[in-house]
Amino acid sequence: MTPPAEPAHKSNAMRWLPLAAFGLLALLLLAGVILSRDGNREALPSPLIGKPAPAFELPVLHEAGRLVTSQELAGAPYLLNVWGSWCPECRVEHPILTKFAESKRVRVIGYNLKDEHSDALRWLEQFGNPYWLVLTDYTGETAIDWGIYGAPETFLVDGDGIIRWKHVGPMSEATIRDELLPVLAEVEAR
Amino acid sequence: MISPKRIAVVATLFLALLVPATSFAQAGSTAAPPQFNDTTEAERFHALTEELRCVKCQNQSLADSNAQIAQDLRQEVLDLMRQGKTDAEVKQYLVARYGEFVLYRPRVEPTTWLLWFGPAVLLLIGGFVVAGIVRRRSGNRQSAAVADEDQEW
Repeated sequence: MTPPAEPAHKSNAMRWLPLAAFGLLALLLLAGVILSRDGNREALPSPLIGKPAPAFELPVLHEAGRLVTSQELAGAPYLLNVWGSWCPECRVEHPILTKFAESKRVRVIGYNLKDEHSDALRWLEQFGNPYWLVLTDYTGETAIDWGIYGAPETFLVDGDGIIRWKHVGPMSEATIRDELLPVLAEVEAR
Repeated sequence: MISPKRIAVVATLFLALLVPATSFAQAGSTAAPPQFNDTTEAERFHALTEELRCVKCQNQSLADSNAQIAQDLRQEVLDLMRQGKTDAEVKQYLVARYGEFVLYRPRVEPTTWLLWFGPAVLLLIGGFVVAGIVRRRSGNRQSAAVADEDQEW
């Protein structure tokens, strides 16, 4: 079967249109594949960045009866790390966080979420306690104010009590080097 | 790549494993389905939680999800309702903490224009392309009539 003769006015460009459309679709597919490679793509951007950290009053894990308020922590930056003994990824993050905490750049405060007091203490005993202070939130009510939806999550709060950075999921060496440290340097420069 | 749905399934199974082992502190109170005062409240609660997305298992609504955080947020929604907050205020409360993402129907604003109007614009472009092709072909009909007779229909 011979193809019918092309109408004279059908330009050459029109013949390439299907190929161009295919190329565009292929590019779209490629973009989708590349974007979906980001393992952390489900992490939600926090609307609290640049806003004051929520006011709170939380019990301290290691001192029964002592409550710490957000005002007490103001004045210097701190890193708030949400963890729980029930959280497997927190174990992955633990050595990396410990290494960072040992640099003593900033106060690293633990936020023990939805845990059992004894389980939390045992976990810290087993793996080591990298925290300057551990706050507990066993009902998870304050966690909602922070927009926390799991563990580990990490916030950097500056000396004025403003949330400057948040990471959802375990931090890697690269997360600390490429994301946290630059923001921390900015915060310290103020 | 692991699909979000699969993650949700694995997460649910995982939580099922965890609950008896660590017995979350609030297991007794919030794990139980909420008790409603009347059917109006129940209906309003269900309608509202259908419109809110679970932040952990992102393919489910707050109403569907069994994740721990979804249970906590459902309780929070009910508490806010009982404090006399309107639906819009409840949504704003969650948006302020978790971002626009929690809304299944995002607001119409510059950042969501593409989302809201993109499909209509695409449809319009498609319509113009089809109209253009149809017009050209009907213009060709007379000149191509001879060729057409040879085609097998």
